[in-house]
Amino acid sequence: MAIRKGKQLEWKHKHLLGLRDLSAEEITYILDTAKGFEEISTRSVKKAPPLRGKVVCNLFFEDSTRTRNSFTLAANRLSADVIEFTKTASSVSKGETLLDTARNLEAMGIDIVVVRDSAAGAPKFLSRNINACVVNAGDGFCEHPTQGLLDVYTIRKFKGSLEGLKIAIVGDIAHSRVARSCMWAMTKLGAEVTFVGPPTLMPAQVDKLPVSVSYSLDEVIEKVDVVNMLRIQFERLGGNPFPSVREYSHYFGLTVERMKKAKPDILVMHPGPINRGLEMESEVADGPNSVILEQVKNGLAVRMAALFLVNQAAAQVQ
Amino acid sequence: MKVILNSGQIEQILADLTSRVISEFSPQLDVAVIGIRSRGEILAQRLSSRLSQELGREIPCGTLDITLYRDDLNSPQGGAQPQVRTTEIGFDIDEKIVILFDDVLYTGRSTRAALDALRDLGRPKAIKLAVLVDRAGRELPIQADYAGYKTDVAPGELVQVFLSESDGKEEVVIG
Repeated sequence: MAIRKGKQLEWKHKHLLGLRDLSAEEITYILDTAKGFEEISTRSVKKAPPLRGKVVCNLFFEDSTRTRNSFTLAANRLSADVIEFTKTASSVSKGETLLDTARNLEAMGIDIVVVRDSAAGAPKFLSRNINACVVNAGDGFCEHPTQGLLDVYTIRKFKGSLEGLKIAIVGDIAHSRVARSCMWAMTKLGAEVTFVGPPTLMPAQVDKLPVSVSYSLDEVIEKVDVVNMLRIQFERLGGNPFPSVREYSHYFGLTVERMKKAKPDILVMHPGPINRGLEMESEVADGPNSVILEQVKNGLAVRMAALFLVNQAAAQVQ
Repeated sequence: MKVILNSGQIEQILADLTSRVISEFSPQLDVAVIGIRSRGEILAQRLSSRLSQELGREIPCGTLDITLYRDDLNSPQGGAQPQVRTTEIGFDIDEKIVILFDDVLYTGRSTRAALDALRDLGRPKAIKLAVLVDRAGRELPIQADYAGYKTDVAPGELVQVFLSESDGKEEVVIG
């Protein structure tokens, strides 16, 4: 039995905006907290009361199924009330600004805003201008902290620790906030991260980030303990970053053939939704090394932890 | 610092509790022990292994983390922010007689939280509260069914339980 001795960490952030500014210890604290929330989803009454009487607003200015549903369910399981706010069915389509929308919602007594926006920095901007807690559910190409957290949570669950692991993040790095949040969380916890993809899909100044870069999945696949395949985001791609979908798949797709070169216990991850046959062959996505559905499951526990912790921090400063 | 219980006395309390449980419930009854983190977990494990030995069958034991059920989560905790840990109860509590074990009963608020937590896990036939130390100062109408040691310490004083598994020594002290 593990009984912690000495001074334990106290969570002081009433906003979760990104993983870049969190310490390894803080990230570990969220993961440890999430562990306590996993059990709730396994019992007959899948609910606990810590956010009873609190209101969580899902403020999503971009499409999302997984993340939004996951946040809604997480809030419900903590007994919070949830307001769903989507761009198309709201006054945003009538020209209301982000800040006005948030202030109006706040006037209704919102305690936590979960925000997704195509503009990087939108959650930070909100956090400076409203009193409610802000949780970033994805901002532009900047961060998607709960995805990064659920990815490291999943890796930790299977591998015990991130320390010394070699991890490849493959695909459209340039347009991926998942890649960035993962990179921060993974490197802070001691893993070595390699970005893999065609040069056209690498971010500018990638050399300034704490990662290695490779343009060949074949060279990297045999060395890594974890491969995180990103979705090709057709909706964000301008120009022609690769000649054809087939060519991309040929060089950067995770195929059964390529998996033969990988370590037998490699973890195959994908933030979803998968373009089957493009980033990954179906046999790999559904194969024994795939932890994709485990990621979704863990996402719920991690988001419960995030909502719980920001609310705890807010209670301290009241 | 005044030692109120030494290791021999703690041992005796657990032995007495074991015989009381056995005499009180008919041997066919489905008994389980659940400890409240952290010291209650250790006490529950000791009680369940004693009961298992005496009864010649496995008495299930679980651990309850009550953090999510505390009534002070939304008020400033002044430097003592509770950390959420895991609840580990690998059996169905429905229709069982649950012996809920905590180290110290004081305000009764932890017990209240534990009762609420158990309610979300199922419907036991009965819940009995066992504590090592029953200290005056109840803020809720909650009483222990088994109390190893009763004491009247002043509100400002601290009752500290040390157990060998977690603290490397075995005693209960006041002050």
